[in-house]
Amino acid sequence: MKIPAKVFSEVITHLFKKPATTAYPFEKAKLFPNYRGRIDFDSPKCIGCQICVRVCPAKAIEIPLSAHQPPAAAPAEGQPAAAAKKKFDCIMKLDHCVFCAQCVESCPKKALLMTQDFELASVNRKELRRHYK
Amino acid sequence: MDSILPLAQIMIFPGFLFLAVYGLLLQWVDRKLCAAMQNRMGPPWVQPFADFIKLLAKEVIVPDEAESVMFRVLPFFALAAVMTAMVSIPVGQTALFSFQGDLVAVVYLLTIPTVTFFLAGWSSTSPYATVGAMRVLTQLFAYEVPLMLSLIGPAILAGTWNIAEISAFFGAHPALIPAQLLGFAAALIALQGKLERMPFDIPHAKNEIVGGQFTEYSGRLFGFFCLAVDMELVVGAALLNAVFLGGALGLTGPAAIALFLVKTLFVAFLLALLKVLMARIRIEQMINFCWKYLAPVAMAQVLFDIFLKYKLG
Amino acid sequence: MSKITIPFGPQHPALKEPENFMLVLEGEQISGATINLGYNHRGMEKAAEDRTYIQNLYLIERVCGICSHSHTTCYITNVEELAKAEVPQRALAIRTLFGELERVHSHLLWLGVAGYEMGFETLFMYTWRDREQVLDCLELLSGNRVHYSINTIGGVRRDITAEQKAEVKKRIKYLEERTQYYIKLATGEPTVLARTQDVGRLPYDVAIERGAVGPTARASGVARDVRKDDPYLIYSQLDFKVITHNTNDVFGRLVVRALELVESYKLIHQILDGLPEGPIAVKVPWKLPAGEAVNHYEAPRGEDIHYLKANGTDKPERLKVRAPTLANLQSVAYMLEGGWLADVPLVIAAIDPCMSCTDRAAVWNPEKGRTEVYSWEEMRKLGIEHYKRRGVDFGRL
Repeated sequence: MKIPAKVFSEVITHLFKKPATTAYPFEKAKLFPNYRGRIDFDSPKCIGCQICVRVCPAKAIEIPLSAHQPPAAAPAEGQPAAAAKKKFDCIMKLDHCVFCAQCVESCPKKALLMTQDFELASVNRKELRRHYK
Repeated sequence: MDSILPLAQIMIFPGFLFLAVYGLLLQWVDRKLCAAMQNRMGPPWVQPFADFIKLLAKEVIVPDEAESVMFRVLPFFALAAVMTAMVSIPVGQTALFSFQGDLVAVVYLLTIPTVTFFLAGWSSTSPYATVGAMRVLTQLFAYEVPLMLSLIGPAILAGTWNIAEISAFFGAHPALIPAQLLGFAAALIALQGKLERMPFDIPHAKNEIVGGQFTEYSGRLFGFFCLAVDMELVVGAALLNAVFLGGALGLTGPAAIALFLVKTLFVAFLLALLKVLMARIRIEQMINFCWKYLAPVAMAQVLFDIFLKYKLG
Repeated sequence: MSKITIPFGPQHPALKEPENFMLVLEGEQISGATINLGYNHRGMEKAAEDRTYIQNLYLIERVCGICSHSHTTCYITNVEELAKAEVPQRALAIRTLFGELERVHSHLLWLGVAGYEMGFETLFMYTWRDREQVLDCLELLSGNRVHYSINTIGGVRRDITAEQKAEVKKRIKYLEERTQYYIKLATGEPTVLARTQDVGRLPYDVAIERGAVGPTARASGVARDVRKDDPYLIYSQLDFKVITHNTNDVFGRLVVRALELVESYKLIHQILDGLPEGPIAVKVPWKLPAGEAVNHYEAPRGEDIHYLKANGTDKPERLKVRAPTLANLQSVAYMLEGGWLADVPLVIAAIDPCMSCTDRAAVWNPEKGRTEVYSWEEMRKLGIEHYKRRGVDFGRL
């Protein structure tokens, strides 16, 4: 009969080691800098091209016009009045989002930003529908 | 006053309350040790108590197919048998109720929980519980003989069937304790089988037959079964401590109780070590192992003790 | 002793995903096993017809959590074939790197699951702890631990920097040491041997007959590996061995996977050292010309096949996925028969099943207003009736 318990020495040394697991909610989780978390929105950059809405595999993004449009800038001397740049909002449905960040990649103006924010669970469903202004 | 003291002893120390609290604490020690050896964090110390209290608050569901009375009564039988066994095992210096032949009585009483496990599985009538019940009984025949054989050795050497006296004998002759190493190892492994812990958790192997004999149990009834198993761990550790490790070693009072705690914790550590070292074996491998290797080892110890006894006169 | 039938699943602690095995037991021994599929059907193929090619990428990734890269790479190869896109070498190398990292994490996961199913929790805890290293590598390179989303049509989404390369190499070096330890442990520990040797036997000819793939087939001595037989990505430029074993049992599958880990480490070093310079992606138009494409890919679990039919729009007309588990399930019924009940979880786990990959056969019954899952007998009956109406009688077969 072969002697069992081949892990003996390994097991004993681990008695004196720090555990590999962490007490997560009390201790912050360590993330790498490029982690794909919640998508943020930079309204002034958005031109409302709706590409992000089209590429989103989860149909999680809406880009509506803002309720309050900024007033048109006073026309410069001797030039025709320039139309005011339209302002757009972004509605991000976090309960739909799959965090693939394809929208960030497809955005021609870099108006969508990737954050490392991942603790998004909520008991209130309304909170998952983020309205960025 | 005469009647209050025994009642207090049975209910509080070293009876029910002590057993329950220490049992749950040992469960935590066991889990924490396993976790440390597996490089995990493990639960906080309140976990077993919280689990137990939560189970007490849960709804009890008795399946329609099950034999209702048996199903409800069995956890309490298991609990009662384990508590009764503890009465004859010395905690500290003396046992609560010691008599000639109590070693046999304790082993017998410790068989009752196993039998209730079998009956619990059988009376639940669900397929998993039935398979679990059959495994309980098969396993009983595998470890019971080596366990009894290994306990006989020290009894022969001490020339008595009284646990407290065996304990006192080894306390007086500590040099003889190392000579019992083989028997102690055999008893430890058999105890692991009795407590149905890894690698011998075959009757309720969760990835094979879900909860085994306890599949249909829930709420309070399941909680009491769990408590009985935890208490059985204390009783088993106390029994090994008394029979093989010389009990109080001549100490008295709180020091003896402290020594008891230290030594049962040591036994619990060894049991936890056994738990993490091996893969679970199959039931037929368990029987093979127990009869081919464990029983002969225990037998060798008995023969050695008889020889020793003859030499010592 | 009378026979009892035990339902193993769809809800069972040993099964990570719902699937049903009806086991006929005589005491502890199994005298018959039936497999019922379909508890995990999610309508992925139909959903794919509704999405654009780029959106499908993220859908296909979610066919399976563990082989997410395998499925997307297989799918994207089809798309690029139809679009006639020239994918840069660097992108192909990065895809290969992810394929191998994924194989490492999948095989380590399997080693842990096998340990757990045989009741060896210490092995489970240790392997999963070390698996974190490779998951960290994947997170570092791609931004997520499981759904890497590194592929994009025409290339990959993220480049690898020199620091990342060094970090990955460091972690792989640690894993190499640990894997040697696990090989020693798993092949030397008697209780592991007792649980794996001569368990779930699948002889060479049965493995061929039932079309086993991946490590399951290779453990039966069938040297079948898409990476070698029909090299894709940059596998033709890499040096590696196809691991086979001839014990035909669970132990063989364990050895094959453990040694494949070592091969994968070798491959990762090779790829990282010889990473070609250049762009990582090319532009591909949204609309694909009409056509069909089939491709296969050696996923950690075996050969994964994707079929794609395009119709000139930006959405596919039909997508078909044949996951490796489906090919291996036929062998499971054979392996279970005559075995012990105690070995069932291990035998099932030994093919490394991924049920969510496999399930895609459920029928919506509008009269009863619910979905019905067809069993093998019902499917057969349905088929026989269907052909009877057309004048062919298969009922006698």
